[in-house]
Amino acid sequence: MRPSPAVRRPTPAVSGLGRPSWLLVPAALGMLFILLPVCAMLTRISWPDLPALVGSPSSVAALLLSLRTSLASTALCVLLGTPMAVVLARTSFRGQGVLRSLVLLPLVLPPVVSGIALLYTFGRRGLLGHTLDVLGMQVAFTTTAVVMAQTFVALPFLVVSLEGALRTGGQRYEEVAASLGARPSTVFRRVTLPLVLPGLVSGAVLSFARSLGEFGATITFAGSLQGVTRTLPLEIYLQRETDPQAAVALSILLVAVATLVIGTTGRRRGLL
Amino acid sequence: MTLQASFSVGARGVEATLEVAAGETLAVLGPNGAGKSTVLGVLAGLVRPDRGRGTLRGRALFDTGSGDREVWVPAHARRVALMAQEPRLFPHLSALDNVAFGPRSQGARRSRARRLARGWLESVDAADLAARRPAQLSGGQAQRVALARALAADPELLLLDEPMAALDVAVAPAMRQLLREALRDRAAVVVTHDVLDAALLADRVVVLDGGRVVEDGRTETVLSRPRSPFSARIAGLNLLRGRSRGTAVVTDAGLHVEGMPEDGLRDGDAAVAVFSPNAVAVYRTAPTGSPRNVMTGVVTEVEPHGHQVRIRIPGVTADVTPAAVAELDLAPGVEVVFTVKASEVAVYPA
Repeated sequence: MRPSPAVRRPTPAVSGLGRPSWLLVPAALGMLFILLPVCAMLTRISWPDLPALVGSPSSVAALLLSLRTSLASTALCVLLGTPMAVVLARTSFRGQGVLRSLVLLPLVLPPVVSGIALLYTFGRRGLLGHTLDVLGMQVAFTTTAVVMAQTFVALPFLVVSLEGALRTGGQRYEEVAASLGARPSTVFRRVTLPLVLPGLVSGAVLSFARSLGEFGATITFAGSLQGVTRTLPLEIYLQRETDPQAAVALSILLVAVATLVIGTTGRRRGLL
Repeated sequence: MTLQASFSVGARGVEATLEVAAGETLAVLGPNGAGKSTVLGVLAGLVRPDRGRGTLRGRALFDTGSGDREVWVPAHARRVALMAQEPRLFPHLSALDNVAFGPRSQGARRSRARRLARGWLESVDAADLAARRPAQLSGGQAQRVALARALAADPELLLLDEPMAALDVAVAPAMRQLLREALRDRAAVVVTHDVLDAALLADRVVVLDGGRVVEDGRTETVLSRPRSPFSARIAGLNLLRGRSRGTAVVTDAGLHVEGMPEDGLRDGDAAVAVFSPNAVAVYRTAPTGSPRNVMTGVVTEVEPHGHQVRIRIPGVTADVTPAAVAELDLAPGVEVVFTVKASEVAVYPA
């Protein structure tokens, strides 16, 4: 049982202090800019055909692949990103600022560039390609490559969100825990992690959403093989050429899945 | 000695030596920025001293150089529990699990840790709060739980950092009483700026100023015969420093303060003249033919002080009745004359 949000957070002030009324105009414009295209898409759907379009074998394969790979990459993000965030938030060393900027690089890189970078690292003729070949591993153009591409672009979301939580979560509780006799691992498990759990969850949700929408890095590094590397965004892009109706239907599906994820895990906790 | 520590922290300008005997409570007093929190940090293992050595019951806590290699026992292995100004209860755990945290961390099973925790909660009158979350506790309740949590960790040394500072005045007396019982026969260091904490909780007092120990002694001695301006202030006494000459103390500013010197004080020794603000009489013009000590100055402060009014001129305060304030028309900026009888002034070595 967690304390109710009312206890944990002061309720925001209702009054309009610091919110001039003219602010409502650009705010409303911004909202419209986001909502209108989604609505426009909804008007283009032929609802009677929707089940057939969404239920086609290629669509179902793409959706399942997307969900599977996004879950896998989210798990990888949590496993790799949590230690990264802790190291960045709880240590100080020379060059830490540079390191942090480098970790955030995938956020600002065009995804296609990320894909090319991955290809020249793990591809057949890439930096580690030969080594992987010797070990009998082929990475590029496999489902593994999809997961790697998604993890690459989504990892910074988790690190940023969790590092913020760790910094504001403060070391005060950790100091007390240590003085009560808790070893560093115990402090991490019983104090640090529970305190930053909301930040971790929101980071994971953001990573999942980013993975679900991944296109550029995936198509460059993993290609587009049905059932193997053709995720939902790739399927939508392909269908757009041949069957715009199907593309719109799948887009709606993606919007629905994304909204569901963010709505159930993020909004409810007031994290996003 | 339970605790012996002598260390310096260059970055914070602190250089201190502390000792705590078995079962003794030591109060660390001092103005803001004197280095009190740094001292606790070093003992708790949160601040690394540049130089120094500390032992607790004969085992080294830290040692920067006397042996072959540096010793630094991490915070969790020191058996030194820290209770801070704010309770810092873990917000995701119930009061009971907060108290059980220490025993659990030290290897007790959950059921045993909870049983111990219940006992400690009872000892601080908080048994009925066991199931509550920290967010559902008042400041006083939370601080009681925090005390139970620190005690449950079974520390060999308990550190308290201004344990009453965040409590409102209504609940502070009860907490102080509770601490008094808890600290009896327990080695503890209490950082405070409140004279009441020192008087009621501590056997001994050290006064820190500018990172240095300027006074060290039994609580009653320090409070009745202060030797530093800070301890005189918290003891509510006036203190003038200077050199002994005859039966007087001559300050650097050249002021002669006649008093009752302690035996053995020789001319030229560093000495202090100490007197109570109650012993000071206040005039607008100097009384003629008085054998008293006379100090003139401009009033800098007029503040209520209990049932009296405290009048401050640079370096000296006087307590007078509200009627006298009205009669003499005392206000900041007014030039006044303070007089005090030599028989009211104690003179002893600084």
